[in-house]
Parts: sequence; C-alpha cells; structure tokens
Amino acid sequence: MRKIVLIPYVLAVLGGSIWLPAQDINVDVSKEAGRRPRIALPELRGGGDAQTYMGAFNQALQEDIRTSGFLTVVAATMYPKSIPQQVSDWRMPQAPAQAPRSRRGEMVTAPDGGGLWMSDWSRPPVSANYMAFGYTALQGGVLALYGNLFDVTRPNATDAQMIAKRYLASSNDEKGARDLAHQFAADILALFGGQSLAGTHIYYVHQASRMTPKEIWVMDIDGRNQRQLTHFNSLTIEPSVSPDGSKIAFTSYAKGSPRIFVFSVDPVRDLRFYNQVASMNGQPSFTPDGKQIVYSSSAGVCCRVFIANLDGSGFQAVTSSGSIDAEPKVNPKTGQTILFSSGRSGPEQIYLMSLNGTDIERLSDGTGEASNPAWNPDGQHVAFAWTRGYAQGKFNVFIMDVGSRQYVQLTHDEGRNENPTFAPGGTHVAFMSTRSGREQIYSMLADGSGVRALTSQGYNYSPVWGK
Amino acid sequence: MWSSRQKIVIAGVGLGLAVFAAGCKKKAPVAPPPPPPAPVAPAAPAKPPAPAVTQFTAEPITIQRGQSSTLRWEVSGDISSVSIDQSVGAVQNTGSRRVFPQDSTTYTLTATGGGGTSTASVTVTVTAPPPPPPPPPPAASPKSVVDRIANELQDAFFDYDKSNVRSDAQSVLTQDATALKSILTDFPSATIVIEGHCDERGSAEYNLGLGDRRASSAHDFLVQLGVPADKLHTISYGKERPQCTESAESCWQKNRRVHFVPGQ
Repeated sequence: MRKIVLIPYVLAVLGGSIWLPAQDINVDVSKEAGRRPRIALPELRGGGDAQTYMGAFNQALQEDIRTSGFLTVVAATMYPKSIPQQVSDWRMPQAPAQAPRSRRGEMVTAPDGGGLWMSDWSRPPVSANYMAFGYTALQGGVLALYGNLFDVTRPNATDAQMIAKRYLASSNDEKGARDLAHQFAADILALFGGQSLAGTHIYYVHQASRMTPKEIWVMDIDGRNQRQLTHFNSLTIEPSVSPDGSKIAFTSYAKGSPRIFVFSVDPVRDLRFYNQVASMNGQPSFTPDGKQIVYSSSAGVCCRVFIANLDGSGFQAVTSSGSIDAEPKVNPKTGQTILFSSGRSGPEQIYLMSLNGTDIERLSDGTGEASNPAWNPDGQHVAFAWTRGYAQGKFNVFIMDVGSRQYVQLTHDEGRNENPTFAPGGTHVAFMSTRSGREQIYSMLADGSGVRALTSQGYNYSPVWGK
Repeated sequence: MWSSRQKIVIAGVGLGLAVFAAGCKKKAPVAPPPPPPAPVAPAAPAKPPAPAVTQFTAEPITIQRGQSSTLRWEVSGDISSVSIDQSVGAVQNTGSRRVFPQDSTTYTLTATGGGGTSTASVTVTVTAPPPPPPPPPPAASPKSVVDRIANELQDAFFDYDKSNVRSDAQSVLTQDATALKSILTDFPSATIVIEGHCDERGSAEYNLGLGDRRASSAHDFLVQLGVPADKLHTISYGKERPQCTESAESCWQKNRRVHFVPGQ
C-alpha cells in the first residue's frame, strides 16, 4: 500500500486540466486517484429514549456523507445481517464459527461473522473500504454518540480503527441529534480531505409570490431552518456574505432608488453603509479580509466598479468604461484580482482585472451572454452563468479554470440556471434554476452531479453560500 | 348589428321607462274610491249584485327602494274569486300581503262573482334611497398630477441590450417633453420619476445597469428639449417589474421601456 494524494474527483471530468490544490491526507488509499472510496454506513440505533431521535440522526449523517462528494455510500441492501454497535462486537470468525452474541442478545448464525467481522464488509457484495458504526444513549441526561470508523480492509481491528470518539449533543431533541450527526460526519470527511459543510449557510432572496416584496433569507445547506433576515417590505436583492460569515451586504429599494446595505447577521443590525450619490448602487461583495466592499455604481455614468471601506467611506472607481460593469468579486485567495461581468465588448461577458482596474482580460470567449461570476475558494476557478450553445436568456452553470480557460458545463438546459455560488471548500455549488417551473434554489457537487432542491415554497433567487 | 344582450338591455330600459311613466300619471297617493255598484240589469232582475271591494289600500303608499309596503283588502258580496296582479295571485276575500316593489307599481285587485267583476287599484310609489355623501372636493385642480402623468406621458421603447433613444422613441419623448412642461407649469412642486425597464433576457444584475442607462438616456433627451433637470429623477428596475411575462419578442418589446410615475 502506498501513501498517495487523494485528488477530489472533480478533476476527473476535466481530464486533469483543472487542478484543485493538492490536499495531503492522512489515510492510505489503495485506489486510483479520482475514485471515491466506498463506505458502509448502517443506521445507528439509540439506547432507551435516545432511539426517539435516531430518525433525524441517521438522515443527517447519511446526507452529510452522501452529498460530500468524497465518499460513496454503499447501498444498505448489500449489508450483512448483523451490525456491530461497539468495538467489542467485532468477532474474528473461527472455523467452525463459534456463534457469538450480539449486543442485543440475538443469536448470530450467519457464517464468516455475518457482519461482526471487518472482512464481512470489505468483501463483495458490500466491497466497502470503510465502515462507520456506533450508537447513541442518554448519558447523565445528555444525548451522547459513540462513533467509530474502521478501515475494514485491514487484517486486525487495532490497526483498522480510525475514529473512536464520544460526541455530546447540544440538546436532547432532533436538532441535537442532527448536530451529533454533523459532528461525526465532519470528523469522517476530514480524514478524506473533505470539509464538512455542516453549520454553513446559504443566504438568498425569497418572495412569497410574484407581486409581494423580495427579502433576504437564510437557510441551512439542506434547506432546513429557512428564516427571514430583512423586513423592508420592498425590493431587496443581491445578497453577499462576509468571509467570516458575520455580515451580509445587499441591495434594497427600501429608500427609493437601489442602495447598498451592510448588516450584521447575529444580531441582525444595519451597520450603515454610506451610499455615494447615484441613481443606483448595487451588487456589493466583500474583499477577502472583510474590510472593504466592491460594488457597481451609476455615479457619473452607469456603471462602474467601485471599492470602498466597509462603511462606504473612501470610495474609489476601479473601472472607467462607457459600458455596464457589474457584479465585482475579489479573488478570495489572493485579494489581488477582481472578477466582474461587463457589456464592454457587446453582449455581457466575464472579465478579470487587477485590483486597480488594469490588466483587464476577458475570460468567456465572447459567445452568448455570460453573467453571475463567482470564485471557487481556491482562487483559481470560477463558476458563472452562460448562454453558450443556447438561445438568448437560456443560462447554464459553467466552471472555468482561470489559468487555462478550460471550462465544463454543469447544467444542461433544464430551465434557466443562474447565480452559481461555491460552498466553502469548493466541493459544492448552489444555484438558482427554473427547472421546476419557477425560480428555486438547488445544490450540486462541483461536477454537476447530485442535484438537490433546497427550496420549494414561493420564489427563491440569488443564493450565496457562506459560513 | 345589435347583439342579443344589447337588445335585452334596450328592452329593459324601455320597460323601466314605461313603469316610471305609469308611476308619474298616478302620483296622488290616494286610493281610488270604490267603484259604484253595478247597475241592475233591467232584463235580468234575478242576477245577484257584483262583489263590492270595500277596501284596497297600501301602507305606506310611498317607500324607498328595498323597503316593503303592506296591501290590505276587503271584498264583500257574492264572490267566487279574488286576485291581485303583479304576481301576487289569488287571495282570500279579506287579507293583507307585504310586497317589495323595485319600482313604482300599481296593484289591481279583481273580484269576480255571479253578479260580475269589480276591480280596484292602488299604486305604491318607490323612491331611490338617498345617495351617499359626495366625496370631499379635490384639493387642487379637477385633474390631479397623478392622472396627468398617467394619461399624458407615453412610454418610450428600446432595442434589445440597447439604451440609445431610437427614432420612434424620439418622437414619443418629444411629445412627452411638451406634456411634461405643461404638467410642471400647472404643478410647480411636482417631480417626475423616469423608470427604466428591461426584458427577461440577460442577468438580473446586468439588466439593473441597462435599465439605469435607458432611464438616463430618456432623462438627457428630455432635458435637451427644455424639461428642467431638477424635476426629473431616474430609477432602474431592470427586469424586476415586467408588465408582460411571456417569453416572446412581442412581450419583450413591451418591457424594454421607460415609464413615467409621480415623484415622492
């Protein structure tokens, strides 16, 4: 077995032309790079009252691992009959097998351990590389999880154990159970170079019906806990989130013409952004240090990219074109370049420039219309909406490697697909699509697979993924 | 050609006028005196006398539309049947009935017996309910600035992804400039907002800029024609407020426009 670097599978679809930053991992993987390891993830059970919350727990654990993009979860129908719940349940099968007792006291009659030995999980039909198991119980009045992860390809249990840990819930209810699952999933994913997205949020624009106000809302990444942040009773759009997740910036017509607002998230409070005199100030986003805002303004002539302090003071124009320059986004890794959309060469396209407005280069090839640029946190890839290959207005989500200009198309003509936004870690993309007939928010892996609908009520637009 | 619905309406109006005319003729709200006794036929002395209508009244005799009146009647003599028209129908020799006429109505009682037939009529006059109090008089002139902006200022339209004022928009905006100057003369404190709108193609973000440029182009054109710049404000709604939502050029063209609304 050799120690190798696991490359997120996203690269495979690009033939290696898009190179995400190599991540060293502390797991030996005897698989080819780009193939996802297989994990068996049987449902965990709870002792006594703890069982009440295990539906929520198992759902959250399965979702976190399944949607991570780092592991393939083996279908439960493949699993052996007996499932260990604690490390002492492992029984290396003897010949002839001495019928062991499971923790539940049932007689175990299946040969070869029947699930109570690692090789039962590593050989076909399960063919897993890893297996997670454990149980929950109320310990001293607190919901606790005893979680284990084993490399089931190893010959002995001692070498195979990768996680053996007790986790405590924040509350004895379904929310606490989901919290336990998120903690456990985060530890598992960390071993494979993955970053758990549990606890990150998606900010978005919600509208109950076409004729009602638009407001900024926030939800968990699985679409749960949707809640309203602004109450302007107006047209409030274009959210962005600060790198540390503590602030949001957005555009609102609450005071007449479109103006920029910067709010703290917890508590929700107006931090008072100064708007220069203009018929439109909008599309704010944060610099990676969280200390400045870049935005588009019609001051003088529509529309130039500006940069200002977090309170709106010290504003300076970055671009000076006679065209519409919109949606500026500063490189989150280097802080040295600005991605933006512009109509300077005809139909809207994606451009890159330095922080002072020099060295402007077009990234999209001039065909169709390209809009809504968003950085991958790696600072080397961008996602955007492009009509390339389709009729005017029929946007799809594309990802491009800034260095090579090579791109892949992630959505394929299922309605309009716009406003892509990368998750922290770059493994997932959330976006808006009209594929269901009206605007809703979806997430997918960064290769376009695993699409999940996150919203279904009313109309939802402009997701932005933050901490 | 008249449609059948129009014919019915005309017929209905005619009927209403006829009823109204009938009501006018019998304005005195007094019950007619009972008819004189039927003359005795000299050739047939055995024939009994015709029934006598001793009472046929309406109380009250004048009502507002929606209220009721009560008819009372008494018939004596040799009677075989008593009836009242206007859908009241056959009734007893003595009785009362509430009626709800919508318009002034004459009720005729007919009593029939072996000796012949007697009739009596009473008219219930229906008046319209009092009108609601009139609204307070308008503060300014009879036509408000809101009405004038809505009625006198036309939208100007644009090409796809363009904000220049094309030739048809130039003639529209030239008329708008004249109307604006007139409105601003009549309402010196008024301000007018020029809204810029876009069709659904292109991103929402880019269209906010495009709508701003359209509003700004119209603003500059109007100022050139002498409309005071400090009376005009611009705002872009991009594609946020379409007036048409189909995905077709006919609809898109309607949305690529500048529109005028009163300022705050």
